[in-house]
Amino acid sequence: MKMNGNQSYDEFIKGIWRDNPVFVQVLGMCPMLAVTNSAINAIAMGGATFFVLVGSSFLVSSFRNWIPKQVRISCFIIIIATFVTVADYTLLALVPKVHKELGAFIPLIVANCMILGRQEAFSSRYPVRLAVLDAMGMASGFLIALLSLGAIRELLGDGALFGVNLFGANFEPWVIMILPPGGFLTLGVILLFFNWFKLKKDEFLAEVAEAERSGS
Amino acid sequence: MDNLPWIFISALLVNNFVLTYFLGLCPFLGVSSSLETSARLGLATTFVMLVTAVCAWVLNTYVLVHAPYLRLICFIVVIASTVQFIEMLIKKLSPALFRAMGIFLPLITTNCAILGLAIFATNRGYGFLEGIVYALGAGIGFTLALVLLAGLREESELSDIPKLIKGTAMNLIIAGILSMAFMGFAGLFSST
Repeated sequence: MKMNGNQSYDEFIKGIWRDNPVFVQVLGMCPMLAVTNSAINAIAMGGATFFVLVGSSFLVSSFRNWIPKQVRISCFIIIIATFVTVADYTLLALVPKVHKELGAFIPLIVANCMILGRQEAFSSRYPVRLAVLDAMGMASGFLIALLSLGAIRELLGDGALFGVNLFGANFEPWVIMILPPGGFLTLGVILLFFNWFKLKKDEFLAEVAEAERSGS
Repeated sequence: MDNLPWIFISALLVNNFVLTYFLGLCPFLGVSSSLETSARLGLATTFVMLVTAVCAWVLNTYVLVHAPYLRLICFIVVIASTVQFIEMLIKKLSPALFRAMGIFLPLITTNCAILGLAIFATNRGYGFLEGIVYALGAGIGFTLALVLLAGLREESELSDIPKLIKGTAMNLIIAGILSMAFMGFAGLFSST
């Protein structure tokens, strides 16, 4: 049982850092860049994706023995599309203002390759509990990525965070950051940081291995 | 009728699907390593977009008036199966064209630019002809962005770039600069 607990924890945590869907696997880019011009939009998008991913992972995993292999992709897509429709109408009812800003990008969650990828790679093969944990981890990782990008862009482009002005009237906003090019540039720089981190880690591990070899 | 050229230019340059709406980024970053592949993918995407525009119009006019909440599911299922059907048809009728488009046809079905096109066209209430012109503009715009990035990436293969920046990070920064260049086209429409 001990090992089982560890495995569950691992399935959850890997989506947040080691296999982060955005920063490491570079999936789900379209919603990622399109809606992250403010932190609040990022949260709405991340929340909707969280709901869709966890819901469809649960269903796909529950039905995994009944879905025929040949038509599995279509089945996944229909399940995902159902959840997206629910999320779309829920957001419309609860927060019409945010829904209006996100516009066509809520229905476009269907085409988020990360969601379909998780169904194909994980949920259709593992029991419900692990599938839901994996989905929650991946969705949290996605949410964190969206939020960090949205916060950076809103901070630089608007001088505000969640609509609250932080720098006072003298701040000259860096408008390009909330326009489309800013999305590409910010994500590029973040990926650069991740590359650098990985390179340093590899160098460090190589040094440790070297030291161990010369020591023994 | 006079707004047709504007719809075309708008979808092609001002509101370029890739560089302004961030649609279809997966193939944009994934496949754009060589010029020839990019051009073929662009051709296939434009073709699928045209088919999608027709499908979306038919669905909107005859089926979805009674059940708008089924829009998303209908769109995705109909588009996916139509593309599959057309793939088989092209394979039978014109093997040369099929070879040119190759494996890209099925992959394109899950490209968000396709679904995005259908949804945008619906939201703006485009008619049959407007939808087709919009699809043509969007498809050529997609090809343009893809070919531009592929050209820049091929050039960058020959230059001495730090190992750290190579890969997706560099592509994103190139895309950012391209996107800035495309922002210049916004001046084409002073009134809208």
